[in-house]
Amino acid sequence: MRRETTLNAALMAALLAFPLWAYAVDEPFLITLTTRAVVFAIAGVGLNFALGLGGLVSFGHAVFFGIGGYAMGILAFHAQSYTPIIDGWLVIEGTKSMPLIWLVAVIVSAIAALGLGALSLRTSGVYFIMITLAFAQMFYFFAISWPAYGGEDGLSIYVRNGLGGLNTMDPIQFYAICYTWLVVVLFFVYRAARSPFGLALSAARQNEARVQAVGQVPYRLYLVAYVISGAITGLAGALFADLNRFVSPTMFSWQTSGEIMVFVILGGVGRVFGPVAGAVLFILLEHVLGGLSAYWHVYLGAILLGVVLFARGGLFGLIAGREVAHD
Amino acid sequence: MTEPILKVEGISKSFGAVQASKDVSLDLRMGEIHALIGPNGAGKSTLIAQITGGLVPDRGRVVFGGQDVTGLSTAARARLGMGRTFQISALAMEYTVLQNAVLGALGQRGGVFRFFRPVMKDAALLDAARAALAQVGLSDVAQVRTAELSHGQRRQLEVAVALTLRPRAFLMDEPMAGLGADGTQVLTKFLDELRAQAPILLVEHDMDAVFALADRISVLVYGEVIATGTVDQIRTNSLVREAYLGEEIAP
Repeated sequence: MRRETTLNAALMAALLAFPLWAYAVDEPFLITLTTRAVVFAIAGVGLNFALGLGGLVSFGHAVFFGIGGYAMGILAFHAQSYTPIIDGWLVIEGTKSMPLIWLVAVIVSAIAALGLGALSLRTSGVYFIMITLAFAQMFYFFAISWPAYGGEDGLSIYVRNGLGGLNTMDPIQFYAICYTWLVVVLFFVYRAARSPFGLALSAARQNEARVQAVGQVPYRLYLVAYVISGAITGLAGALFADLNRFVSPTMFSWQTSGEIMVFVILGGVGRVFGPVAGAVLFILLEHVLGGLSAYWHVYLGAILLGVVLFARGGLFGLIAGREVAHD
Repeated sequence: MTEPILKVEGISKSFGAVQASKDVSLDLRMGEIHALIGPNGAGKSTLIAQITGGLVPDRGRVVFGGQDVTGLSTAARARLGMGRTFQISALAMEYTVLQNAVLGALGQRGGVFRFFRPVMKDAALLDAARAALAQVGLSDVAQVRTAELSHGQRRQLEVAVALTLRPRAFLMDEPMAGLGADGTQVLTKFLDELRAQAPILLVEHDMDAVFALADRISVLVYGEVIATGTVDQIRTNSLVREAYLGEEIAP
């Protein structure tokens, strides 16, 4: 077995074993902490699809994270207050059903990614970074100044949304839902990276002239990648909101975009499981260093610098070797 | 006589005060190698870019396979059967040789928006890719990363990827560039046979190769075609001798 495969398996096994252990010794906080890591990992896997495969350095993925969060927040808010979202000739009710919320989160994020991507992808390089950041800031300030849904204070939801007969307020059951999503998303991305689309997308990142010369249009490849990427991150946003039973404009902030990018860079850009390692490491640092000092971001910054300067491939690069396999 | 596969009709292109193409017309007929030569700065690259779709001419048009392609993108022209190779190898360096060839075969077949089937297990694509690699003699290095290839092998791979497109015409921008004497000889022999498969518009600096291969030669100087003709006609053309060939073929 290749080292990267071993690492992937170890990571996923640990993410299964640790919460079960925490459950056995009755430490619900640790389960919730791991849930955070897993949800962040999904967001990172989403960004990595655009960033790692397509080379699209989106500094605005908080848009999709936030849209997913607000999709959950708005739907659940209306359901818990028994008010329809739209009341006219067309009546749209809120919902507390997780599958429905996920569906809305994914579709709305995908539509947003289509619109923002169509505009942003006309630029490249630094301009692409800046325009995605600018769009994210627009969403951020829009959320702040929208009093109907809490404005700056955000929205609180009393109980988690429902899925089948599960008790979603039970940490381990909610964790199971998030872990399952992570597996599903990883499976999709793993397959997509090896599909015809993945081959062409990654080739476009390596050499645009080459893919044009074989009849592909890079812009279309990038746009589709961006939509998929946004949809995955949107799903993560909905899960994150459900985890906290709270959604606020912070989910749209540039710090959030930065954190999602940190997961990808810490873990290893372009590795399917990289963001999982990155998110776990991030939560670990946040928990350990956060206990030492309120200014733990200083240490995070130092570690990030170290990774960028000395271990470009991130954690995966260090352990499994620099070269990304394309088999 | 059959219609030429490629016709360039009165193309002009200016960048500010510099006129890079002046009313350029040329065509590429079935079964031939048509060489395009000219000193540095003559506008060869600009002309190739207008034929392949990187640049839009100010005036004139490009007709490929009987269809006006002047307004089409590079990708669309490639799908119509323009197989081009680059002056500086443009390959996906992280990929294996085989993956680069599969990328070409995928372009030929279409269906890139498929997200679930492993592309490197697609028998039809693999067959097409391996056939092209075999034709240029790269079968042995199919699993080698492209970044690790020698310069000459990269040039061969450029040709192989163009082959996977099953093009109706090749546009080759200095395929001999940087090859040693042996490499040039091998590639010359290869192109000689390739013309039966599809005609080649060949931009090349290596005069020995051009004279050995070309059925016709067009000479571009300051953005203008000053002569088109057979090797002998070009060799003896006084304008050409004066403008370009100079001492090189002096008796």
